[in-house]
Amino acid sequence: MGKFFREAFKGRMEVQEIIKQCYAIGNKSLVLISLTGFITGMVFTKQSRPSLAEFGATSWLPSLVSIAVIRALAALVTALISAGKVGSSIGAELGSMRVTEQIDAMEVSAINPFKYLVVTRVVAATITIPVLMSYCGMVGLMGAYLNVALNEGTSLQTFIQKAFEQITFLDIGTSLVKGIAYGFTIGIVGCYQGYNAKKGTEGVGRAANSSVVISMFLIFIEEVIIVQISNYFRV
Amino acid sequence: MKETNQEPIIHIKDLYKSFGDLDVLRGASLDVFRGENVVVLGRSGTGKSVLIKILVGLLTQDRGTAQVLGKEVATLTEKELRDLRLKIGFSFQNSALYDSMTVRENLEFPLVRNIANLTRGQIDKEVETVLDAVGLLQTINQVPSELSGGQRKRIGIARTLILRPEIMLYDEPTAGLDPITCLEINELINEVKEKYKTTSIIITHDLTCAKVTGDRIAMLLDGSFVRQGSFEEVFDTSEERIKSFFDYNFIQ
Repeated sequence: MGKFFREAFKGRMEVQEIIKQCYAIGNKSLVLISLTGFITGMVFTKQSRPSLAEFGATSWLPSLVSIAVIRALAALVTALISAGKVGSSIGAELGSMRVTEQIDAMEVSAINPFKYLVVTRVVAATITIPVLMSYCGMVGLMGAYLNVALNEGTSLQTFIQKAFEQITFLDIGTSLVKGIAYGFTIGIVGCYQGYNAKKGTEGVGRAANSSVVISMFLIFIEEVIIVQISNYFRV
Repeated sequence: MKETNQEPIIHIKDLYKSFGDLDVLRGASLDVFRGENVVVLGRSGTGKSVLIKILVGLLTQDRGTAQVLGKEVATLTEKELRDLRLKIGFSFQNSALYDSMTVRENLEFPLVRNIANLTRGQIDKEVETVLDAVGLLQTINQVPSELSGGQRKRIGIARTLILRPEIMLYDEPTAGLDPITCLEINELINEVKEKYKTTSIIITHDLTCAKVTGDRIAMLLDGSFVRQGSFEEVFDTSEERIKSFFDYNFIQ
């Protein structure tokens, strides 16, 4: 991690490569996040309705769903999907480059492979995953709206109004911090595992696999810590 | 051997390198003089590739001296090592082409990252010149997966030539190639020496490659150089280990 920060702020940024990686990360996850986000919002709304209906409080559905989606679901769904799609892909790609000596080839050509391969991917994941997370939240709320509109006949304007009634800047800020933390984690874990892969093709598989497992584990730990900190600031 | 009053541009003295309990290099010493092709010959696992990886700073020796162009590689700063690497071309055993890039991009990559302010025209000219030198101009827009083993080796060599190195290090240049392609690669190594005035270390266990490309042969056995000289001098010996190496390769 120390090396990452040393290299990130040394010399010129590989802006073109970062843009390319941002596009690759977004492109890899967009379809899956759209589908998963939409279904999560819709199913969560559907499952929550009976409990609220018992108290005659189905009008609270938009608020309940938006709190769940914005505070927790969007970030977690995006992070877990990205850990699987992006983390494994980074781990496998760099692992393959390591065992086929492509990284060594960069080094002997006087190119800094750490800056070109690792810094760019970590920065791209840290930028792109919060964006994907915001998108996932939006799609999740659309799924919830579809369900609410079909069952309660609520208009879009009323849904949006009620959905954001209970949402504070702290919720949005916390969510953003989560996205940045998860993006950084997925990027750095994938790169670390891939960059240090050993033992041929077996090592590539292990790098891809451990990128996913370690990222997911760290994401859940970060989730607990960030929620605890944000609750401390909540009145 | 070259005249000894000339300073060697690669000076290796009492080099030791171990990986865990495995002693790979055990007191290897070798001098390489400007303009010569030195073939390091030896069986697999005797530390040949480790030796040249130490010379470019990919590995660090446990003890001993490894000097290139008068500089001790292990003690160089990051910037000094980068500057030194610009003067060394390293051809990998498996070519190590960037498989997500086309041949053109593979060749441009080290060029645009090390030489600032090149115009598009200059880059194209350089790329085409080195591709032409290895006889593969027609592959410029292909990706490495579309190339044969021999073509990949040639592109790998072209990628190192684009930075106009003073020293070329070839790691098993003919490994895994058919006999005809081996001959073509051997010819290319000699052409590179003539055209680009390089000094080379060629790591191989292929006797034909050694005979065709080497001005001098250095026999590495059990981690140290046991014999150096012309091809005939090296194999005109009664030492059992060298004779068995020669006989085995001859039968092969």
